[in-house]
Amino acid sequence: MSVVDRNAIELSPRISEADVADYIALLKPRVMSLVIFTALVGLVLAPGHFHPVLAFTSLLCIAVGAGASGALNMAYEGDIDAKMSRTANRPIPRGRITQAEALTFGTTLAFFSVMTLGILVNWFAGALLAFTIFFYVVIYTIALKRWTAQNIVIGGAAGALPPVVAWAAATGSLSVEPILLFLIIFFWTPPHFWALALFRSDDYARAGVPMLPVVAGPDATRLQILLYTIVLIASFAPWPLGYFDAVYGVTSLVLGGAMLALAVSVYRRREGSEARRATRKLFAFSILYLFGLFATLLLEVVVRALAPTIW
Amino acid sequence: MDDKREPDGIVLTEAQKKSRRQRSIAIALALGVLAVLFFAVTLVKGPAVLVRPM
Repeated sequence: MSVVDRNAIELSPRISEADVADYIALLKPRVMSLVIFTALVGLVLAPGHFHPVLAFTSLLCIAVGAGASGALNMAYEGDIDAKMSRTANRPIPRGRITQAEALTFGTTLAFFSVMTLGILVNWFAGALLAFTIFFYVVIYTIALKRWTAQNIVIGGAAGALPPVVAWAAATGSLSVEPILLFLIIFFWTPPHFWALALFRSDDYARAGVPMLPVVAGPDATRLQILLYTIVLIASFAPWPLGYFDAVYGVTSLVLGGAMLALAVSVYRRREGSEARRATRKLFAFSILYLFGLFATLLLEVVVRALAPTIW
Repeated sequence: MDDKREPDGIVLTEAQKKSRRQRSIAIALALGVLAVLFFAVTLVKGPAVLVRPM
C-alpha cells in the first residue's frame, strides 16, 4: 500500500452532523425578525403601487441577506463566540458547524439574495443590499469590532440600512423618509448595545472585544448612553417637518421620554443590583422603543389604506 | 465475490445520515422556492421582466 493510501485511511474526514436548526441559528433569526420588520415599514411607507409578489420577493431577499451577514459574522467570530457565555452555544463554538462551512453558507446566501433582488426587483436595491452585507461583515465585523470602542456606533449603519434597501426596492430611488428611518435606527443602536455591553462587560473583556464599558469603563458608558438617548429624542422631528403624522410624533415623544427616564436611571444608579436592574430595563425597553415607533408608522399606513376618513 | 465483506471507505452513522438527509431536503425546498419565485415574478412582470432599472 502506498503512503498516500495509508494517509487517506488514517486521516478520516470530518462528517457533519449539523442539522437544519444549526444552519437556521447561523442566520441570527432574532436579528432577522427585526430586519424584516423595519424593512416592511420601509416598503409600506414608499409611495406608489408595489406588486405584492415583488414586495414579498424584496422582503425575502433582505431577510436572506441579513441571515447571510449573520452567518459570515459567526464564521469570522468563532474564537470570540467560544469565550462569551451569551454566544458559546452558537453552532460554531459547539462544533456543530465549521468556520469554513459557515463561510460557504453565508457567501452562497449573500450571492443569491443580492442577485435575486437585482434581477427580480431592481439593481439599485440589489447594490444597496450588497453594500449592507459588505458593511456588516467587512467594516463592522472584521475592521471595527476588535479594534475600536466605536465599533457599534459606525457598525450600526449596517443595521439601519434594511428600510432603506426596502424603499429602494419599491421606488428604485431614495428620498428623505428612508434616510429618516435610517437615522432613527442609527442613533438607537448605541444606547441599545451599550446597555447590553454594560451587563455583559465581563463577557466582552474575556473575549478581548473593546466594547465601551471594557475600554472606557461603565461610568463613561452610562454618560454616552444618556447623550445618545437625548439625540434619539429628536426622532419626533419628522412630525413637525411634515414627513410623518402627529400620531407618530406623539408616540415618539412618549416612548422617547420613557427611554430618557430609563437612561437617566442608568446614569444615576451605578452600583449593585439596582444598577444592573436599571441597565436591563433600558436594554429591554430599547427594543420596545424601536418596535413601537416602526409599528406606529406601519399602523398609520394600514389604517389610512383601510379607512382613509379615520386617519 | 464475498457479499459479507466490510464496505470500503467512509461509512456514515445513522445520525450523520439523518442530518445529511435533513440538509438535502432543506436545500431542495430552498431551490424550489427560488424557482417558484422566479416563475411568479415572470408572470407578474410579463414582457417587462427584461426591464431592470438601475
